[in-house]
Amino acid sequence: MKTEAKLLLGLGTFFGLMCAVYWNWSLEDAGGVMMFCGMLLCFIPGSYYWWWSRHMKPRAEDDPNATQAQGAGFIATFPGTSIWPFTLGMGAFFVVLALVFGIWFLIPGLFLVAWALFGGTAEGRRGGKH
Amino acid sequence: MTDLLDPPVQLPPVHEEVHGHDHEEHHGPTGILKWLTTTDHKIIGLSYTVTSVIMLIIGGIFAEIIRAQLATPNGSLVSLAQYNELFTMHGSVMIYLFAGPFAFGALANIMVPIQIGAPDMAYPRLNALSYWLYLTGAITMLSGFFTAGGAANFGWVAYAPLSNSVNTPGTGADLWIGGLLLTGFSAIFTGVNLCATIFYLRAPGMTMFRMPIFTWNMLVTAILILLAFPVLTAGLIMLYCDRHFGTHIFSVQGGGVPVLWQHIFWFWGHPEVYILALPFFGMATEILAVFSRKPVFGYKGMVFATLTIAALSLGVWAHHMFTTGVVLLPFFSIMSLLIAVPTGIKIFNWIGTMWRGEIWFSTAMLMAIGFVVTFLIGGLTGIYLASPPLDFFTHDTYFVVAHFHSVVMALVLAAMGGLYYWGPKITGYLLNERIGKLQFWFLFIGTQVFTFPQYALGLDGMPRRVAVYPHDPQWKWLNDWSTFGAILIGISTVLFVVNVAVSWKKYPAGDNPWDAQTLEWFTTSPPPHHNFYRLPPIRSERPTWDYNHPEHRSIEHGTDHEVPLEKEPIS
Ligand code: HEM
Ligand SMILES: [Cu+2]
Repeated sequence: MKTEAKLLLGLGTFFGLMCAVYWNWSLEDAGGVMMFCGMLLCFIPGSYYWWWSRHMKPRAEDDPNATQAQGAGFIATFPGTSIWPFTLGMGAFFVVLALVFGIWFLIPGLFLVAWALFGGTAEGRRGGKH
Repeated sequence: MTDLLDPPVQLPPVHEEVHGHDHEEHHGPTGILKWLTTTDHKIIGLSYTVTSVIMLIIGGIFAEIIRAQLATPNGSLVSLAQYNELFTMHGSVMIYLFAGPFAFGALANIMVPIQIGAPDMAYPRLNALSYWLYLTGAITMLSGFFTAGGAANFGWVAYAPLSNSVNTPGTGADLWIGGLLLTGFSAIFTGVNLCATIFYLRAPGMTMFRMPIFTWNMLVTAILILLAFPVLTAGLIMLYCDRHFGTHIFSVQGGGVPVLWQHIFWFWGHPEVYILALPFFGMATEILAVFSRKPVFGYKGMVFATLTIAALSLGVWAHHMFTTGVVLLPFFSIMSLLIAVPTGIKIFNWIGTMWRGEIWFSTAMLMAIGFVVTFLIGGLTGIYLASPPLDFFTHDTYFVVAHFHSVVMALVLAAMGGLYYWGPKITGYLLNERIGKLQFWFLFIGTQVFTFPQYALGLDGMPRRVAVYPHDPQWKWLNDWSTFGAILIGISTVLFVVNVAVSWKKYPAGDNPWDAQTLEWFTTSPPPHHNFYRLPPIRSERPTWDYNHPEHRSIEHGTDHEVPLEKEPIS
């Protein structure tokens, strides 16, 4: 976890410095704001990882001498098949078509999005379809 | 450490919701339903591969029409309006729908989890959603051709005020914006997925500094995606509001700032060129190492070069805007020139990797070497462009077109190398090497014949994005050569399709046809559901090689060299 944290914090620091130099020198706001946000985007997860790297036991993937046996057991839960990503994707498609062809495309669009959100959440709770 | 000598460990079955607990018999829907409902990163990756290669072909057809039009000064193959649509959609298809999705949706999606010993991507359903957003986005963008006003025609950069509703009315432009919104979210979700996978699903012993360079580059690419794409999405929403809701963010009349669009676009756009480039750097690095039968030269230097490129790439966007006259020239010039340093380090490391290696000139290797050469040309001309006085002279001429075609054609070479190298892992079958080599020569020579005249044309002042040009014997001659190069490139693409057809299920690959180094070559071809039956000990950045070549094993971490290893065949 330490390397991950350092990676993001390092990038964030660099963006912060670059932002300071640029903003003070150019007095142009758009770029300054965007670089500032870039810095935040690195610092927020970076400091989260940093906190965790100090509060959790080192993981097997951070240990250069770990054996594969250490990875035995529960890794994560992976869903089997699911129709909801497709449903949600189609919903998003119709929502975008509404931007182009008119508001009434929102009806199927939002319906599909809502259906997918309910279906996907329920599937997550239930533990997936066979 | 003695565990290096242990046989590979049988992996425990991956816990899967409700499913039965064994890998081999994976009952599920078949046929189209399987395609619609899958959450397996390999199947999603394969869908991405097929879709993005189709996009490459569609974009290529646009390009051939463009070059045919330019073969004569007063070409009349297409109208001026159609020409605008063609170059806009050529650029858009290639950048938004081919290069990016091919890199992070296709090859990375399939290879990153396997390279780090993970059973799948961290968020398989989000991964599936990414693909659907990409597919629908592509359909949306391309469907502009079927509307009355035609497809978008304001260039792939959609500069304001050309892109507002007065100058570009019509649904084609809105479809372009909508398609880009969808593919943009698709990219963001893939970025999240790659970061989470690489941070959380590595196999035991796979420390960050043992990840294959391709995986490293994909991590950095994913971070860049997360930094850059939301900016583009926000910009597109602003553009849409300007077009339809009467806001004046990018129009002078309403108190807006047209150049703001350029800032937003290139703040995404320059990192985007590295989002495109870094994955292909990674592919080439792997290929060069494997076919030189050596480890990557300067592994850590390579990683730091990648990180430096990514860090700097956020601070160079306005080198695309030098001629607007409102950007801080020295800052952007210095930052852009600095990028050349890590890029140069990479070139030296690639040469170092090949240096005194036992080089095996397979098709993949040829493509990777072609990549290095072509990329070097593109990178060097980028340095010219990063110098404002030279850029004022060459901006918006064919010199710029040639610059970025050298770089992006280098990426196509690497992409083809990636398909020849990893294709067998995905499909289980090799491609024909003879046709492959022929394809390489057409592609490589075609690329140079295509771009070199454009450099000359640009220096001679030929502007880009024009359908007709003055009768000048020299311009005509140079354009003819460029068109000839484009034909050679077209033939190479046809050869690729022919190769796929000819080699269809003909040459079984086996698990490790290249005697490669990284973890994906330890499992079967194609890998089973959830990727591995077992994993070798991971003690360096090339675990498969260590396992198959005990004599060369890296002695990092105090390996005991004396004890012989019982080599077990990898099934
Ligand atoms: C050494 C690194 C590089 C430098 C210093 C550099 C510099 C530049 C500059 C200054 C321009 C603007 C020229 C103009 O419009 O007048 C430009 C354009 C461009 N570059 Fe690069 N470049 C580099 C690498 C790359 C890479 C790796 C890619 C793609 C993968 C790339 C793709 C492009 C594209 C697509 C354009 C044209 C954008 C348009 O349509 O106007 N460049 N480059
Ligand atoms: Cu750039």
